[in-house]
Amino acid sequence: MNLQGIRAIYHFEMARTFRTVLQSVAAPVLTTSLYFIVFGKAIGSRMGDIDNISYGAFIIPGLVMLSLLSESISNASFGIYMPKWAGTIYELLSAPVSWVEVLIGYVGAAATKSVMLGLLIMATARLFVPYQIAHPFWLIAILLLTAITFSLFGFIIGLWADNFQKLQVVPLLIITPLTFLGGAFYSINMLPPLWQTITLFNPVVYLISGFRWAFYGVADVQIGVSIGVTLAFLLACLTFVWWAFKTGYKLRS
Amino acid sequence: MNSANITAPNTDPTTSAIVCIRGISKTYSGGFQALKSINLDIRRGEIFALLGPNGAGKTTLIGIICGIVKASSGTVTADGHDTVRDYRAARASIGLVPQELHTDSFESVWSTARFSRGLFGKAPDDAHIEKVLRDLSLWDKRDAKIKTLSGGMKRRVLIAKALAHEPKILFLDEPSAGVDVELRHDMWAMVRELRANGTTVILTTHYIEEAEDMADRIGVISKGELILVEDKKVLMKKLGKKQLALTLRLPMTRIPAALADWSLELTDAGHTLVYSFDTQREETGIAALLRALGEHGIDFKDLRSSESSLEDIFVSLVHQPKQALL
Repeated sequence: MNLQGIRAIYHFEMARTFRTVLQSVAAPVLTTSLYFIVFGKAIGSRMGDIDNISYGAFIIPGLVMLSLLSESISNASFGIYMPKWAGTIYELLSAPVSWVEVLIGYVGAAATKSVMLGLLIMATARLFVPYQIAHPFWLIAILLLTAITFSLFGFIIGLWADNFQKLQVVPLLIITPLTFLGGAFYSINMLPPLWQTITLFNPVVYLISGFRWAFYGVADVQIGVSIGVTLAFLLACLTFVWWAFKTGYKLRS
Repeated sequence: MNSANITAPNTDPTTSAIVCIRGISKTYSGGFQALKSINLDIRRGEIFALLGPNGAGKTTLIGIICGIVKASSGTVTADGHDTVRDYRAARASIGLVPQELHTDSFESVWSTARFSRGLFGKAPDDAHIEKVLRDLSLWDKRDAKIKTLSGGMKRRVLIAKALAHEPKILFLDEPSAGVDVELRHDMWAMVRELRANGTTVILTTHYIEEAEDMADRIGVISKGELILVEDKKVLMKKLGKKQLALTLRLPMTRIPAALADWSLELTDAGHTLVYSFDTQREETGIAALLRALGEHGIDFKDLRSSESSLEDIFVSLVHQPKQALL
């Protein structure tokens, strides 16, 4: 195992975050604060409780998930796309590092950043809405699992993308709508039966539901199913990356 | 010389090979065949210059050795390790300075060099990084962001990155491109020092005088084929032709029939008579030619001789490889 190599990639990526601290940390915190002000305070005060949870508190898991998903994807996809774009990828390809080490470095850094951000958003939310955490261990576990899985997914997008538009397409046109329709702002039990069934095909439903269970002990779907679906997606992403490095997909000609 | 001499593996025990290339071919997905069954041994501790016109396959060959390009067939070992099966050990022994100035714009010189050392599996060694940066006159710029540096300085940064992990084999792909004279001199002084310390250097260059000046051996690649590998001195001797140019007092319209035995041609609108001769032969024929000129009343006011440079040899090899090698 090339531990020095992993460390070098990880530090390089973390340094990139701290260089762009306004963009990578301040912007998501500000955006989420605005959500809490508008939905939690202004609109939320006129809404009834959902599952005996105040509306302001109810939307916290969904909002944290929204940032966690989009930040994991964008951090990891940029991380591997930039060297491809700038040409510096030559060094990574000629270095004595295996695909597992490359992944630990890039995905580990991207996941670290989004977990830090998730915790920061939860702390920000506390300023607006009082909440308690029912299952702290599971909260951290789900936070980590989601961050790693979607950083891995972001890494794949970064490998696949050969221009900046492609890099943005998946987060903007797929992940954001799926998160909004994944029960971030409502319980899927509030939907008509047909839409409830359709919603179950949205993977983000399982993430938000699982996360909300960790917060308040209530969920739209079973916690075991939530974690199972996330693990299956993680496995699918890992298989793709293994295949990509084995065949040289868009990396080695 | 024939093709068997070019492709035969090095079996001389006194000069062990550090890079062994066997039957390397590369056909890109579009169908373009960049390399055709290349066989080559690079000797430990030598400076090897790979020459060839643009698109000849030099960068593809380097890419295959370094792990950036996948070979269609064939094997490469670097420092005794197969570059595919045992890629960790093979790649750890290699440093690559690419042709293009690919750098991380926002990184500092110091951090990018440290990053390269770590990436290649070496524990941090700030003293070594400092030495490399000082040798390349980059020490004063260690905290500067790479994007603020000139093209020549960026080239130095790439060299520093390649040397950060103390490689045994250094590839310099067109290191002189876009580099001023001063840096070129610094760079070659450094390459000589590296060689003196046992590093093997493989370079590609367009500046043939550099290869002539620096290299121990020369390889010429053209259209994906290695058409020649030779000790530079032997090559210069074998293929070097000398010419004697005589500036005539009176111009001539044609060469007299009596001088048909010599390989002569008229240039400069009949003002100059050029005699080409082989340096390998015992008799150059100059003395006899001068006597014959006197006998036929051909008077000249000046004479000078010249030797073909590596560039002349290279051009004739690439354009007419068969004739040049015969």
